[in-house]
Amino acid sequence: MEWEVVIGLEIHAQLATKSKIFSGSSTAFGADANTQASLVDLGLPGVLPVFNEEALAMAVKFGTAIDAEIGKVSVFDRKNYFYPDSPKGYQTTQLHHPIVGMGHIDIDLEDGTSRRINVTRAHLEEDAGKSLHEDFSGMSGIDLNRAGTPLIEIVSEPEIRNAKEAVAYFKKMHSIVTYLGICDGNLSQGSMRCDCNVSLRPKGQEEFGTRTEIKNVNSFRFVEQAINVEIERQRDILEDGGSITQETRLFDANKMETRSMRSKEVANDYRYFPCPDLLPVVIDDDYIEAIRKTLPELPDQKKQRLMDEQGLSEYDAGVLTASRELAAYFEDVAVKCSDYKLAANWVMGELSAALNKNEVEIADSPISADNLGSMIARIKDDTISGKGAKSVFQALWEQGKGDQKGDNVDALIESLGLKQVSDSGAIEGIVDDVLANNDGQVQNYINAEPEKRGKMIGFFVGQVMKASKGSANPGMVNKVLKEKLDAKC
Amino acid sequence: MSTDMHNLTLAQISKGLEAGDFTSVEITQHFLDRIDTLDQNDGGINSFITVTKDQALADAKAADERRAAGNATAWTGVPFAHKDIFCTDGTLTTCGSKMLSNFVPPYDATVVDNFKQQGAVCLGKTNMDEFAMGSSNESSFFGGVKNPWNKETIPGGSSGGSAAAVAARLVPAATGTDTGGSIRQPAALCGLTGLKPTYGRCSRFGMIAFASSLDQAGPMTQTAEDAAMMLNIMSSFDEKDSTSIDQAVPDYTDTLNNDIAGKVIGLPKEFFPDSLDSEMAATVKAAISEFEKLGCTVKEISLPSTDLAIPAYYVVAPAECSANLSRMDGVRFGHRCDDPKDIEDLYKRSRGEGFGDEVKRRIMIGTYALSTGFYDAYYVKAQQIRRLIKNDFVKAFEGVDIIMGPVTPTPAFKAGEHSGDPVEMYMEDKFTLSCNLAGLPGMSIPAGQINGLPVGLQMIGNYWDEANMLNMAHQFQQVTDHHKQTPANI
Repeated sequence: MEWEVVIGLEIHAQLATKSKIFSGSSTAFGADANTQASLVDLGLPGVLPVFNEEALAMAVKFGTAIDAEIGKVSVFDRKNYFYPDSPKGYQTTQLHHPIVGMGHIDIDLEDGTSRRINVTRAHLEEDAGKSLHEDFSGMSGIDLNRAGTPLIEIVSEPEIRNAKEAVAYFKKMHSIVTYLGICDGNLSQGSMRCDCNVSLRPKGQEEFGTRTEIKNVNSFRFVEQAINVEIERQRDILEDGGSITQETRLFDANKMETRSMRSKEVANDYRYFPCPDLLPVVIDDDYIEAIRKTLPELPDQKKQRLMDEQGLSEYDAGVLTASRELAAYFEDVAVKCSDYKLAANWVMGELSAALNKNEVEIADSPISADNLGSMIARIKDDTISGKGAKSVFQALWEQGKGDQKGDNVDALIESLGLKQVSDSGAIEGIVDDVLANNDGQVQNYINAEPEKRGKMIGFFVGQVMKASKGSANPGMVNKVLKEKLDAKC
Repeated sequence: MSTDMHNLTLAQISKGLEAGDFTSVEITQHFLDRIDTLDQNDGGINSFITVTKDQALADAKAADERRAAGNATAWTGVPFAHKDIFCTDGTLTTCGSKMLSNFVPPYDATVVDNFKQQGAVCLGKTNMDEFAMGSSNESSFFGGVKNPWNKETIPGGSSGGSAAAVAARLVPAATGTDTGGSIRQPAALCGLTGLKPTYGRCSRFGMIAFASSLDQAGPMTQTAEDAAMMLNIMSSFDEKDSTSIDQAVPDYTDTLNNDIAGKVIGLPKEFFPDSLDSEMAATVKAAISEFEKLGCTVKEISLPSTDLAIPAYYVVAPAECSANLSRMDGVRFGHRCDDPKDIEDLYKRSRGEGFGDEVKRRIMIGTYALSTGFYDAYYVKAQQIRRLIKNDFVKAFEGVDIIMGPVTPTPAFKAGEHSGDPVEMYMEDKFTLSCNLAGLPGMSIPAGQINGLPVGLQMIGNYWDEANMLNMAHQFQQVTDHHKQTPANI
């Protein structure tokens, strides 16, 4: 049977507010356990939540960025469940009246096309603390530093059809929230986490199959792997005539499998009801419009601008705008060297390769955008050759890895002796010498059929470069050689 | 300094301190001695869970110094007590429960802080029904409280400890909280003046939540004048409580002597059903006739949704408490069972051991009412009834200045009389619940006695109309002496 895969994602993004969603505690990552947990975060008897307006502004910003309906009256609900890292015994979230309603984003697929995925809703809620199961010999530790960190949970429509689309969706959301500056996007620290809902149905059937939810997947690669292994698992069961159990599952990247989380005797009934300690959040059009005006250029807009105004290909523009850091780096390089295409080649080529090889993030690039831009400017003005530039690049990379402040680009070119000879008199002298010393080759050139001469010129170029110790401007060498040889024919 | 200082009202104590008739240390010691001999002994009233003797004397000394330095306010050095539902920094706060029998909060409730700022002297924490759930004070883990008027009867609840302590003149006044009548009912049964303010008037921060949308703190005093004095400092807008309302706090003592002639009193026929005890009806009506003598007029009105208050309340309050009490899980504070096998065991046994029957009953009712499949039938319906009840009142207040009726169906009943039947106990609150559901201020003032036990007159005011209620109550107390009666042998 042919199956259709149905995927919906729920992405939790921690909002980059200074303090927590219902208390004044700091949200900074990595502090000693329970040092950033106030009376409210600890859920002591008698304490009350007070809603942080910065979280509201960030959620509304997100909503306007995905062209969503904004909830003018949003309501916090209590979601009741017992867990040691949930100090109040309920999570404060938004069920029936979320701050962000239906919106959409366009995802970029590998074949260069894009696809619109609708976003059902995004709501505000508080993060839980963490249970620590190591170092407590037979007991568990609870760290409530994270408890109360504001989250938006972004829920997609079940419109995603394969793992690659899911990754593209997750990446696009990552890119949007980081462009907006409302989330630091740090996947490894858990700033963004993804729950993947996966089901299969016979192709052509309208009704959805039974879904499973893979919890807390925290990298792009794992999203793809987890979904693919889950699709396989479900397909095997269905093709054997079995049925899927609706449950939450965990992805194990080492074993490349998903497995059922500890099964509950009965399904959780969260008994949602409106939180009586918090008033409904009421906002008006003026508030929403004021926030809309603060929206920065978003990835899709930036991509379009690079294509329309700078003539970049759709592919290049897409790659360069996918992350806020890369886009910002690229634009700095391009502005510095005044050549977007050349800048794109270097950033996507040499630089990306070096970053990947050394597993370095763009934000930590040893070569600053300023230096790379300066270097490209020296290619453009013929100070260095493309080949020489690779040596400069290498030297900048090595120099950037160390702590010492390195030479600037011009000084480096000078010290490496890579400044190329572009003086036509000097080049003509070398060319004349080479031609005089290689009479046989010159004769062959003259006797060859005109269409074959193009290939033969490479020999002379090589000789001239060798004679100049690589410093001659190859473009000029080519030009002078061609003029002089053709004059002999 | 006289030996019957304990019969002084708050206002008189305030003036006595001001005049130098006695010091705060002297009067504080006097009340502490009474607590020792009348409350904390075998067969005593048991109105205090914790007596903070050393702290009280230290605070009294500091208050006397403050007065000497010329910085005293009306409250400086005045003794009082807090219901044990208010968190007090460094002092045991049990909420009447085994669950919190070891809980020492690291912070003060806003109401507690308000008293501290004035230099008032807190003598201790008063007994109460467990987590404020009850109408007889019999659900306290720390034992029932005796009604000083007749020690075989209950003082009412849940603020029964505060009521009994004031009635026995162990303190001149105490704080209470009222979720469905927990200030007004014990005030009525102990012959006191008790006021539940408009929802949002007093901060709930640091007041251990029972039902968040209904809970409100208020004064329990001998007189309306004292209630005004207390409400002056209990009221405050608090940024730490999102449901606190930024409404100016008037000086409630300023308007006590306004003329009340011409005020229109509404008597809801639903508050005087045929089934109402005839003596109760007669006593309440006699009290109302005193208002007529003061120039008020009386008008019969109808609050048609009154009968729905009990079912609506017993859905909303348990639903909210079922979530509010989830934090009592044995993980971070409070009672924890011995040797838990795993987290499930820790939860089940800690909560099973820590909560009493009435609390468990309400958690289960609330959990049931919020469950999938029942939510619409119970919780949503109860919220709709709440709106009906509120609308009844809004409509009624278009034609009257105040609404009056009984507080309770009967005077204080005997301990154990209703404890076997929770529904009978719930019926105790049938005249008081609608105030909380509507968020309106309600008050109980002594209206007379039946068989030697006090009964109350309930006054329900419009939103933020506490000044008017206190004014009317004070004028009533100028021409009656029900509030001056004290229990024999006290």
